[in-house]
Amino acid sequence: MANNKLKKLTPVQQEYQRMALAKQPARKTLQNSLRAFLTGGLICVLGQAITKAFVHWGGMDEVKAGNPTVAVLILISVILTSLGLYDKIGQWAGAGSAVPVTGFANSMASAAIEHRSEGLVLGTGAMMFELAGAVIVFGTVAAFVVGNIHMIVKLAMGGG
Amino acid sequence: MQQGHQTWVFNNKPVIASTAAVVGPFEGRGPLANDFDLIHGDSLLNQESWEKAEKVLFEDAARLAIEQAGLLKEQIDFFIGGDLMNQIISTSYAARTLSIPYLGVFGACSTSMESLALAAYLVNTRGGKHVLAGTCSHNSTAEKQFRYPTEYGSQKPPYAQYTVTGAGAAVVASKGKGPVITSATMGRVIDMGIKDPFNMGAAMAPAAVDTITAHFRDLRIGPEEYDMIVTGDLAQVGHGLANDLFEKHGIPIHKTDFQDCGMMIYDYNTQMVQAGGSGCACSAVVTYGHLMKRMNRGEIRKLLVVATGALMSPLAMQQGESIPAIAHAVSIHYDGEAMQGG
Repeated sequence: MANNKLKKLTPVQQEYQRMALAKQPARKTLQNSLRAFLTGGLICVLGQAITKAFVHWGGMDEVKAGNPTVAVLILISVILTSLGLYDKIGQWAGAGSAVPVTGFANSMASAAIEHRSEGLVLGTGAMMFELAGAVIVFGTVAAFVVGNIHMIVKLAMGGG
Repeated sequence: MQQGHQTWVFNNKPVIASTAAVVGPFEGRGPLANDFDLIHGDSLLNQESWEKAEKVLFEDAARLAIEQAGLLKEQIDFFIGGDLMNQIISTSYAARTLSIPYLGVFGACSTSMESLALAAYLVNTRGGKHVLAGTCSHNSTAEKQFRYPTEYGSQKPPYAQYTVTGAGAAVVASKGKGPVITSATMGRVIDMGIKDPFNMGAAMAPAAVDTITAHFRDLRIGPEEYDMIVTGDLAQVGHGLANDLFEKHGIPIHKTDFQDCGMMIYDYNTQMVQAGGSGCACSAVVTYGHLMKRMNRGEIRKLLVVATGALMSPLAMQQGESIPAIAHAVSIHYDGEAMQGG
């Protein structure tokens, strides 16, 4: 914990927090990174294979095959979530299965399943964005900001 | 009655007439499986929701405890219990089924001993002849309320704990044979400023140490008084910290068998539970299942159970609050005569 956070605490609390931090088993960063690399990479390989399949058998070009590829990955993720497997993969793989689009699908599907008992409208409908909602909000805000910067830079370059 | 600052001494010898421990399938695969009265094969218990399943766990435990005491539901004067759900719904709905005069309590995972201490107090002061105390928790309801949806694939840190699915109940009686509740020490809220809701063992360890120290001080005894002192759900991280704190305060905890329920209920080698078990049911099923059976066999004669609770809510965590923790201790002595069932 950062020192500025510790300043608000009493000396006894500060001392205990240092004790607790020393006892806290560290996350295995190297192992987690390797697993994330492996799993994330495998998901990408799978995506690439699906794209190739759409190009080869579906008569699409690489760009057109993008959307159906994402749809298939999402479908696989939702099925694995429903079977209760995705959370187990997530515990092993960490960011590897959380970062790709399959992780996003898992966050929505898991919330939808979880809140089904509270009804279709106020349960599944309202709560399925409990985790994904923030990603959409801040993703959109970030896209807006970046889009504006892009436009300004383009205008400035064009004007100059 | 009251001795020292925060301890009750029960002179009228309230006895634990019977206990019952009911668990889910995951706990049934753990090392204590033989000591539970009922192991459910399905964690949903044929119910529509996790919350309803949790209620059924409690109903089962209460029914079994009353049966094993050789009593009828109508002979139980009061029912004291609580759980982790908002507005302690699992217990209140179980109380609806039981229709016994009901006192709902909330002490998070310390509820097992909070309810047992209050039951002993009632019986000791002739407030009732038979009082039922208990608590329950369910892994999936706790995950849903306090963390993420159960199927969400986030990685838990190595110091996280696994909420026990189960329920434990005990019938405290004014007379009869069985382990005697001799005293109870009610804890203060201790907050050492820990803010990580995954790190509950570290948040609760100082509370456990505070209550145990107060128990020794109030009764003018030491750890050697007990064959075993067991904390509720500190798990590996919290247990280590509690040991360090005792050493720092010069209390020779090594003179007793100092254990933690959260480290006893699962097999670390085969079950993915990170630091160990937690939840209301953790101390309840280990005490009312495993430890009571060991007392029955004469392996433990003097036991101090210190249930530890993290009194936070998801809302308070999101608003940046730290975790307030509490621990309640109940002292149970047994001279060796067999209990009626349980």
